[in-house]
Amino acid sequence: MQSAISIQNLSKHYADNQALKSINCEIQPGELFGFIGPDGAGKTSLFRILTSLLLPDQGQAKVLGFDVVSDYKAIREQVGYMPGRFSLYQDLTVEENLKFFAGVFKSNLAENYYLIEDIYQQILPFKHRRAGKLSGGMKQKLALSCALIHKPQVLLLDEPSTGVDAVSRKELWEMLHKLKMEGITILVSTPYMDEAAKCDRVALMQKGKILSIDTPTNIIKAFPHTLGAVKSPLMNPLLQVLKQSKLIHSAYLFGENIHVVCKLGIDFVQLEQELISKGVVEWQYQIINAGIEDCFMELMNK
Amino acid sequence: MKDFIIKEFKQIFRDYRSMIILFGIPIAQVMLFGFALTLDLNDAHFAVLDQAKDEHSRKIIEKMDASSYFILDRNLNSREEIQKVFEGGVVREVLVFKPGFSENLDKTASTELQIITDASDPNTANMMLNYTQAIISNYEQSLLLAHGKQVLIIPETQFKYNENLKSVFMFVPGVITIILMLVSAMMTSISIAREKEMGTMEVLLVSPIKPIEIVIGKVMPYLLLSFVNFLLILGLAFTVFKMPMDGNMLLLMAEALLYILMALSLGILISTVSNSQQTAMLLSMFALLLPTILLSGFIFPIENMPSILIYLSHIMPSKWFIIIIKDVMLKGAGLKEVWFPTSIILFQTVLFISLSIKKFKIRLQ
Repeated sequence: MQSAISIQNLSKHYADNQALKSINCEIQPGELFGFIGPDGAGKTSLFRILTSLLLPDQGQAKVLGFDVVSDYKAIREQVGYMPGRFSLYQDLTVEENLKFFAGVFKSNLAENYYLIEDIYQQILPFKHRRAGKLSGGMKQKLALSCALIHKPQVLLLDEPSTGVDAVSRKELWEMLHKLKMEGITILVSTPYMDEAAKCDRVALMQKGKILSIDTPTNIIKAFPHTLGAVKSPLMNPLLQVLKQSKLIHSAYLFGENIHVVCKLGIDFVQLEQELISKGVVEWQYQIINAGIEDCFMELMNK
Repeated sequence: MKDFIIKEFKQIFRDYRSMIILFGIPIAQVMLFGFALTLDLNDAHFAVLDQAKDEHSRKIIEKMDASSYFILDRNLNSREEIQKVFEGGVVREVLVFKPGFSENLDKTASTELQIITDASDPNTANMMLNYTQAIISNYEQSLLLAHGKQVLIIPETQFKYNENLKSVFMFVPGVITIILMLVSAMMTSISIAREKEMGTMEVLLVSPIKPIEIVIGKVMPYLLLSFVNFLLILGLAFTVFKMPMDGNMLLLMAEALLYILMALSLGILISTVSNSQQTAMLLSMFALLLPTILLSGFIFPIENMPSILIYLSHIMPSKWFIIIIKDVMLKGAGLKEVWFPTSIILFQTVLFISLSIKKFKIRLQ
């Protein structure tokens, strides 16, 4: 089967930095695919190249078989795109925005209404409110509705969950799963590692490079080390001690804990002995399964 | 495209700043220029027909020439030359000393001096007259001090062309020209730049809508509103300032539409090189508005400028549009008479439109 999106050796640089360094990626039709990485990873540049808004320096990218450079017109007919920044008309009302974009995409509002019904229902009570006066979550729902109104075959959402409350985030992901059922290929970028689990496959990105592409489960499975969450009343001194230990691969603060990654073949029994010999007693640990963020840290340090 | 135009109208009417620029400024400017435009006089050329050639006439001429306001351009020999010298366009005032000027002054302590001014630019004419009278009464004072003699030089003033000294006739074409340029060019360039600034251009680009549709969608509402503006100023000119209309109204409207279209395409051209509303505004201000005001001949007479500015003024569409309005409204000119300035504006319109479509960015930078 032909890939919905095919990216080969794609590079892009701006005056002062290299945004994308020779990226390769194939995305299958109907996939819910996540690009995950911190700010500056190159997610937005990649999305802009895929939507034909930017020209790549090197390499090739095809969306639905159309080249992003030469067939940009065809791509613009077929994709739905939601930029990272809220990009609707703030001085138009909710309803006016939706009608305008339906007009721009030459699509029939009534015909595709079923696609957006779920989310649009939620903002319907505010349909006469100006878009600029909506809350963050409402804005995203409206933007998503506008990006979907022409029933695109490929939907690209650049950081849709940034600046959105937890409930709206959850609703957003539920919505994306529903859209996937309609056969729409969905690309999402996000800086939140915990959202990786909601994608079919993810690409972990860092400084313009893809560190790994796989299903979230496989990425976690591939984590080779023993990992423990460590707690202590004296976190900072403990972190210093751990970082100096020869048994430790890496140690970093993670929420209220320190995540301690042992070197290959080392387990926490050995680590406990070493710490006791150094006089550190006030600490507890718990062996845990690696999360995507741990995998990300690991891949980043490689 | 229809949706685009509707959307654009909604946005214009919701933004109170646009509304002020659109309708507030034009009215304010008409009133301002109509009632309060004054400028300083500097090196105005005058000529003298001195039929007296005696002591006092010579002294008055010397005093005039010595002041920084006037320059003696030439001496005339006959009344017939007065008409000719005005037609030359450089000399704006002629002083006529009748024979026996000093004799009358010395014997009867009173004499007449004829002052003829070119009032086709009423502001300058008025000012020249005031300054001349000031110099003359100054001369009267000096005689009083030197000889203790009270004399009276009675000015007999006469205006050539536009005898009623209606400065509206000069400034209405100017204001129309500037307003249409301001509203059309600035507003379109700002509104396209706003799409870029707010990120909505990003969404528009990733849609099947064509650049030409965006351009037309932007142009149509402003074409209409600018035309309404034009009618508004014209209405003010007719009712408040009693401006005459000698030519064909339809021709005038067609010329106005052409000029508006030119300004709009210029605005779009500006927007293709500016990414923020502020840049667009500054560019329109400095690249359009100032040259329009300064080099169109509206406020400062072009013929007195250095030659480089004269050449520059030839490429100002505003200069040609002012000529068209004046000719049509005041002289009743038809298309036959104004075809040349019209074709210049037409050429510029086509040039700007094709340039802006060519330069319209189908991608982000």
